[in-house]
Amino acid sequence: MNRKLQLMTGNEAIGEAAVCAGCKLYAGYPITPQNELTAYMSKRMTEEGRAFIQSESELAAISMVFGASVTGERSMTSSSSPGISLKQEGISYLAGCRLPSVIINIMRGGPGLGNIAPSQADYFQATRGGGHGDYRVIVLGPASVQEAFDLTVDSFNLADKYRMPAMVLADGLLGQMMEPVSVTRYPLPKAKKSWALTGAKNRKPNVIKSLFLRPGALEEYNIELQKTYDEIKKKEVRFEALYCDDAEIIIVAYGTTSRIARAAVKNLRKKKKRVGLLRPITLWPFPEEAIAKYAKKTKGFLVAEQSMGQMVEDVKLAVAGSAKVRLYGRPGGGIPTDEEIEKEVLRLKI
Amino acid sequence: MAKIKIDAERCKGCGLCILYCPKGCIAMSRKLNKRGVKPVKFKAGSGCTGCTFCALICPDCAIEVYR
Amino acid sequence: MKKIFQRPESLQNVVTHYCAGCGHGIIHRLVAEVIDELKVREKVIGIAPVGCAVLAYDYWNFDVTEAAHGRCPAVATGMKRVHPENIIFTYQGDGDLAAIGTAEIVHAANRSENITVIFVNNGVYGMTGGQMAPTTLIGQKTSTSALGRDVVRDGYPLKISEMLSVLDGVKYIERRAVYSPTEVIKAKKAIRKAFENQINGVGFSMVEILAMCPTYTKRSLKASIDWIKEYASKYFPLGVIKG
Repeated sequence: MNRKLQLMTGNEAIGEAAVCAGCKLYAGYPITPQNELTAYMSKRMTEEGRAFIQSESELAAISMVFGASVTGERSMTSSSSPGISLKQEGISYLAGCRLPSVIINIMRGGPGLGNIAPSQADYFQATRGGGHGDYRVIVLGPASVQEAFDLTVDSFNLADKYRMPAMVLADGLLGQMMEPVSVTRYPLPKAKKSWALTGAKNRKPNVIKSLFLRPGALEEYNIELQKTYDEIKKKEVRFEALYCDDAEIIIVAYGTTSRIARAAVKNLRKKKKRVGLLRPITLWPFPEEAIAKYAKKTKGFLVAEQSMGQMVEDVKLAVAGSAKVRLYGRPGGGIPTDEEIEKEVLRLKI
Repeated sequence: MAKIKIDAERCKGCGLCILYCPKGCIAMSRKLNKRGVKPVKFKAGSGCTGCTFCALICPDCAIEVYR
Repeated sequence: MKKIFQRPESLQNVVTHYCAGCGHGIIHRLVAEVIDELKVREKVIGIAPVGCAVLAYDYWNFDVTEAAHGRCPAVATGMKRVHPENIIFTYQGDGDLAAIGTAEIVHAANRSENITVIFVNNGVYGMTGGQMAPTTLIGQKTSTSALGRDVVRDGYPLKISEMLSVLDGVKYIERRAVYSPTEVIKAKKAIRKAFENQINGVGFSMVEILAMCPTYTKRSLKASIDWIKEYASKYFPLGVIKG
């Protein structure tokens, strides 16, 4: 366990985390603001003697991840919003075939070609599965470069543990800013994947597919998948609560926006305003129980997002009318400042 | 002499074997198999040389050849 | 008397869903025979396409997965890069490879991925009911070219094997057919070479096989065969195209 402290961009930290977690194949395609990640992997994966492919498109990349994963190897792809849209069919197949895999989304402004500024407007796409069919993807939202490293490692472990795709949902700001990172190398995973396609030697052939034509078969299969998702909702929820116990108003924010909200909360606390911050770390499974619990004590929630308001709907679902929920959203690459959020909190006549 | 064995349940009655048997040793049978298809049948003693043309062209691997 | 022809071990003892006289049945057997003869059944991984052959995993007796439509070459790339010791092959129809999967096949070929591609060209989309495919011939009637494929509206049949052959990464491409025993023998030889290339690390190898689809070329089986002999193989000439 060598604890080196390195100054790295979020993109590079995510790349190094994948290497440290034993990622055997990385496939990526150029798109700002995540290019540093692909470039970093082209160097590091080759140094480690592992597979690096710059693919012909993002949707080819997700299929390359499918190929490596189906043979039992850890694999990852990364992109930014438009590229993640191209991967959605592949992600649905990964979920349908119960294949562990890691997808990194360094979000940028949308819709369409959008811009290359940071954004959180892919929240719905990420937390509702994103492609066709009933499935979910584990979604982790880092708020610092160190956390981007740690959550990437966690995403490999969670993907293997529950045999499904896991996504790290960061944004262009987090991807391109630098912070010191403690890098930890982990032993290569040894857990044997008996389901993997390795060649039918001394065993019956394995078949991995997501086609279930027999009447009722797909329905049964979906119910099985749902059991996994229910287990994850019970066991894997993560969030951070800051000054929430006595808070009259709780700001709910994740990723980059939560850093800005944290500054606003500290300023408001100095002005004796009882404000708290609840930061979801797992965006799926969403920390609905925690929010429901605080909703009984607090007067209202201000949801701060770099979008027209997406996570706000999950907050409303959790609060279920027992407290006011307001949104402060900056879409299209707009980044809120702590003063704006402070002003917004004070404006709330709750 | 040679002969072939036709799995009547695998055969879908496409007739490719009949088309390509150089000795005309195969014919459609009038009986239906379980899938309601008239399979082909081997006419014993019809000069089969075991050339395996029928088995090569059979899309359903329904023919075994003995020589 | 000795049994000199039987079902290969790499083919399961099940009746396929393919129509009577369909070329897929023959080609599945040829692939299985080659895998048995090269003794790689325990190392091979097949990738089924979306299309009539999507159910290939029910018929082969080795590890198989099924890729999203057109993405087999990308899946094969991912597999081969992390497990080069496995023998990886894709089995794709003309819609899968030459329409939606064109980018994937071009780039897998251009990277000279050391994989084997079996490309079944029967000129229509079979599974979905006989639509025009990229390889549907000029004037050929299908459910989406009812008056016959019209060059002005539908463009020309895609010569994907010739197109790929100009890429340096491509080491071997041969086009065969399975409409007669002699053609079946030649097709098997080509398939065997494409697998041997992979075992010997030669690089990207593909066999395109003109196959009968009597159901959707709306002809009797005999007429389907004649159609391939007299018309299809004029536009898609048989033989070694590269390597």
